[in-house]
Amino acid sequence: MIPGFGLTFGITLVWLGLIVLIPLTTIFLRAAGLGWDGFVAVGLSPRALAAYRLSFGAAAAAAGINAVFGLLIAWILARYDFPGKRLVDAVVDLPFALPTAVAGIALVSLYADNGWIGSLLAPMGIKVAYTPLGVVVALVFIGLPFIVRTVQPVLADLGADVEEAAATLGATRWQTFNRVIFPAIAPALLTGFALAFARGVGEYGSVIFISGNMPYRTEIAPLLIATQLEQFDYPGATAIACVMLVASFSMLLVVNLLQAWRAKRGTR
Amino acid sequence: MTRRSAKGESALARRLLIGVGLVFLAMFLVLPLVVVFAQAFSKGWSAFAAAIVEPDALAAIRLTLLVAAISVPLNCVFGVVASWAITKFDFPGKSLLISLIDLPFSVSPVVSGLIFVLLFGAQGWFGPWLIEHDVRIIFAVPGIVLATVFVTFPFVARELIPLMTEQGRDDEEAAVSLGASGWQVFRRVTLPNIRWGLLYGVLLCNARAMGEFGAVSVVSGHIRGLTNTMPLHVEILYNEYDFVGAFAVASLLASLALVTLVLKSILEWRFGHHQARSAH
Repeated sequence: MIPGFGLTFGITLVWLGLIVLIPLTTIFLRAAGLGWDGFVAVGLSPRALAAYRLSFGAAAAAAGINAVFGLLIAWILARYDFPGKRLVDAVVDLPFALPTAVAGIALVSLYADNGWIGSLLAPMGIKVAYTPLGVVVALVFIGLPFIVRTVQPVLADLGADVEEAAATLGATRWQTFNRVIFPAIAPALLTGFALAFARGVGEYGSVIFISGNMPYRTEIAPLLIATQLEQFDYPGATAIACVMLVASFSMLLVVNLLQAWRAKRGTR
Repeated sequence: MTRRSAKGESALARRLLIGVGLVFLAMFLVLPLVVVFAQAFSKGWSAFAAAIVEPDALAAIRLTLLVAAISVPLNCVFGVVASWAITKFDFPGKSLLISLIDLPFSVSPVVSGLIFVLLFGAQGWFGPWLIEHDVRIIFAVPGIVLATVFVTFPFVARELIPLMTEQGRDDEEAAVSLGASGWQVFRRVTLPNIRWGLLYGVLLCNARAMGEFGAVSVVSGHIRGLTNTMPLHVEILYNEYDFVGAFAVASLLASLALVTLVLKSILEWRFGHHQARSAH
């Protein structure tokens, strides 16, 4: 019998309670203290609703873009050999390692009207910085590795036999992808989408520089919380944070259900 | 993988797919990194150096190092202890416990800061008591440490739990049956087995601890020279239109990210399939 259960289990529970559980509970208790009407008045105010729409909409759009390009990048990394592949593989993790504020100022200086990319887009009438499109660009940056790193191992593990069988039976390459490969990686792709979406909804540092932060237009929900805190509007900040927490816990549940589903499919 | 050449895509399709993928990565990931260094050195080396040795910047660098030096070891010890409890013993509610440890990953950084303001701020539950006893947590270093510990809470544990589950309990059980004490088992048997995974977790934990922005921004109060970490200093300089200064400090953080990526890749290449697990 290995010793140390009481000690390690006890420390784990106490530390988890002190750092994570008790602090998180305060949000719900403080929100409950507002009463239902008070909660709705600040948590679902028109300005808050506009912020949720932007945060959730931009996160969904960015996760969608990343689902396409993340799958493509996972595909070339899992299946092809090309010079510099290891470097490319390492670069994919950059958004995990680069501090979000650094990403934020880098993106806005790239996409501002006089920036390297912005100055190319401006003549075409496309404005990215200080528009909702800028929020999407920042969330594409943040979310890409979630898709690549969820799909890549599944693609690498996918046996060649089913594809060969499909080819032997006369399927074109596209039919094989559509009917054989895609169904096999769909759960992983969906999990990656959910992870990128969940991260995007709560993202702050990489977005606030490029978004311009105009209320009702380019103000994301986490920024609205920070703004209200700066104005010492604690009830407002608490109510919006409570809505965001419920949303992220729901996303967490979805991700866990997806992973349980994947595990079940995997054992079949 | 050349084995599927007969059934795979044509050479043209391959090149096209690789091309599109690389262009996308270059546009969205590499260019932002390049622009940080380009802007930092846009006014030459001396302007860069001046922005780094400026007293407020040095204070921010010191504070960032201090916060990481406190929060990373705390979460390292917690991660090892929690992984030991979870992987070496059986108890009901284990998967719930793992989910709870992962919880900070799914909380918005701003909300992670807010919870500590609601607890320890002037309006918070313990606020009046803290003021009475002249203890400052919010808008001071302890609050920054607390928020950082919260956001980096899961990193080490989530690296170690899968690794230690895979390794099983046989080694430890053998050591115990030979008369080793709990601490000896950990020092001589478990720690050597998990050291690379532990290092990997510490690396990611440290990168996040030094780079955290949203949570720290809410609890810091942005007092120059006192409660500004490096990411917050970058924000202040940027908002003051001191772009060279902002990007100079940002380039230090970007270098940290590059070092992290290099070390992480070395660990992955040498010690195998870590990648699937590092996704979040």
